[in-house]
Amino acid sequence: MAFYRSHVLVCVDPQCLAKGAHEIVDALQDEFVAQGLIDEIQVLETSRIGGCSDGPEMMVYPEGVHYHGMTTDDVPFLVEEHFLKGRIVERFREVVKPVIDEELGPLRPKEVRVVLRNCGEIDPNNIEDYLAADGYQALGKALFEMTPEKVIDEVVSSGLRGRGGAGFPAGKKWAITRQVEDNPKYMICNADEGDPGAFMNRRVLEGDPHSVIEGMIIGGYAVGASYGYIYCRAEYPVAVETLNIAIKQAREFGFLGNNILGTDFNFDLEVRVGAGAFVCGEETALMASIMGKRGEPTPRPPFPSVRGVWGKPSNNNNVETYSNVPQIILKGAPWYASMGTERSKGTKTFAVGGNVVKPGLIEVPMGISLREIIFEVAGGIKDGKKFKAVQTGGPMGGCLTEQHLDLPLDYEALTQAGSMMGSGGLVVMDEASCMVDIARFFMDFTQAESCGKCTPCRVGTRRILELLQKICDGKGQDGDIEKLENLCHEVARNSLCGLGQGAPTPVLSTLKHFRHEYEAHIYEKRCPAKVCRPLIRYEIQAPTCTGCTVCARNCPVEAISGERRQAHHIDAETCIRCGICMQVCNFNAIAVES
Amino acid sequence: MTVQTIDHDVVSVVQAAIEKHGKNRDAMIPVLSEINRVFGYVPREAIQEVRKQLHDPARQVHIAESQLYSLTSFYDMLSTKPRGRHVIKFCENAPCHVVGGKAIWDGLREKLSLENGETTPDNKWTLVTTSCLGLCSVGPVLLIDDDMYGNVTPEQISEILEHYE
Repeated sequence: MAFYRSHVLVCVDPQCLAKGAHEIVDALQDEFVAQGLIDEIQVLETSRIGGCSDGPEMMVYPEGVHYHGMTTDDVPFLVEEHFLKGRIVERFREVVKPVIDEELGPLRPKEVRVVLRNCGEIDPNNIEDYLAADGYQALGKALFEMTPEKVIDEVVSSGLRGRGGAGFPAGKKWAITRQVEDNPKYMICNADEGDPGAFMNRRVLEGDPHSVIEGMIIGGYAVGASYGYIYCRAEYPVAVETLNIAIKQAREFGFLGNNILGTDFNFDLEVRVGAGAFVCGEETALMASIMGKRGEPTPRPPFPSVRGVWGKPSNNNNVETYSNVPQIILKGAPWYASMGTERSKGTKTFAVGGNVVKPGLIEVPMGISLREIIFEVAGGIKDGKKFKAVQTGGPMGGCLTEQHLDLPLDYEALTQAGSMMGSGGLVVMDEASCMVDIARFFMDFTQAESCGKCTPCRVGTRRILELLQKICDGKGQDGDIEKLENLCHEVARNSLCGLGQGAPTPVLSTLKHFRHEYEAHIYEKRCPAKVCRPLIRYEIQAPTCTGCTVCARNCPVEAISGERRQAHHIDAETCIRCGICMQVCNFNAIAVES
Repeated sequence: MTVQTIDHDVVSVVQAAIEKHGKNRDAMIPVLSEINRVFGYVPREAIQEVRKQLHDPARQVHIAESQLYSLTSFYDMLSTKPRGRHVIKFCENAPCHVVGGKAIWDGLREKLSLENGETTPDNKWTLVTTSCLGLCSVGPVLLIDDDMYGNVTPEQISEILEHYE
């Protein structure tokens, strides 16, 4: 075999070809012949190297230099400089722009990435990248080495549970759907990730769409379905586009369509885009929306596994659940089950937000404590403040406190503590957060998103919100807490779907753990965290005030008076508590009192 | 009240949407979304036209105008009222709220003299709040038409709005 001292790899993908990649190859060959280097240097054609946005592109080995943006006229110069004189031509060298990913950084301590393993690592719009990362090998293994029952057994023994939040064992759901004697059957992927602050699924759909598609195909084989829908929310246009590209490529490669991989198994998929309704994340509402109806839930049973979309058995799982499946099939159930607690296995993705040093997307093994997540993975509380509460499970979840920090991440443990696993939103709050205000904020959200079909949720959430607003406004009365508790229990017990059943959780959990804050609002007309405007007042500390007048000049309602170089005064009657004076004061002379 | 006639534009837009998404009942939401994208809202005439083109008892497809209207009023992204040339969608959810979203919202309302859901008299701007866009790591976030702006500060509002004609 000939030995070359150097190899030049020229990208010949369609984009670079359009920019003259073949001409560059010819020019390089000609120049190497002219310079007598043709026996020393080999020119090869290759696929995509970089982004191709500034093609043509080439890589030169052994140096590993990435050149781009040259024309055939530049080739003689480049050959002389680089290959004769050994000098790298900076002019054509690709400047590597530092990629700042504000969502998903490098692996953090204690993180284990299973679902997110490919995100940011592969090109989501190129199926070959996924194939190179063992993509669709699990599908091959399932189709050729496993019966559908064996696939279900594998998922059952892996311990994978629904990552949408409820935690129903995925394998068990598949088994139920398989057993129902009715055809056709459908696979549904719930990609209607609506919880505020939760964007784990968006990232998977945008970064590794094929893992979800492969999981759905394997699921389709297991339950005996031949068609699937991915219901994605309209707020995620990039995810929709990425999914459509991925589905098209999967069809071209024979992973979707008839006779998949030459077997007699047929399966195809389509993306259904929502039109903006939070309640469509509820499975029966989601299926109504797929069928072109208003996204209103229907009573269960019958469960979707028995009677779902078009009245047929439909297996509904969430994005993260499906995304776990290929790796479980490939690496085996024991590997997956080796992570986690007795009843909660594997890993879970979270979008950590709020007052932490390092917010963003994380994936941690089940069983890890909340303390480890907040203080080690997310870097602790920002600005040296004290931890107060963590809200898990989104608007239907609850607030947990200091005493729960050592709880293991486990479906049952979180539920027992008065919250839930949820889909993966994690909002961390420091001592400056008012828990009554937080409860009001979440209730404002669920109240607006109630679809209005059932009375407990439609009217109840509104009444709860009114009570909370009254307390935040300083108009709370004796008995309001008891009224609130009663109402919450009624709404939770009588609502039709998960939205109404879960809506009171933020209120009940804050009432349980922060009852004294409610009491302070009602009986002492005081907001301990100094958040609720009607209950706070801004005061100028006379000794610190220099009388610079900046606060008086910035006050929008002229509530501040005082002579230049004399301590100023805020008139509490006129003040609207906007806080501008405190922001503009250069001497920290303004304090909030409650 | 002025009587509006169904102009050619509505007919052809509806036809194109139906050709793209099919003639079955489950095509109604995609079809209405398409119409909303073209006109900025779903005009009454378009609803009549969709019904005319889709309702077909022979194929067991029964569609009433009221059903189409109920869909349009249910989903946030579909509008029954005309909107401005540019729609500003502001994320009002907790993660954006805690990083200064309120100041942006107040700034937008003040700058445009609009409340949630309103349109400026010159039909240039409509201001609405939106559900979480999942861009929480760069909050506060706002969306103007299809352009996303993250890490927005109150000072940037005027500059951002100037990009639009």
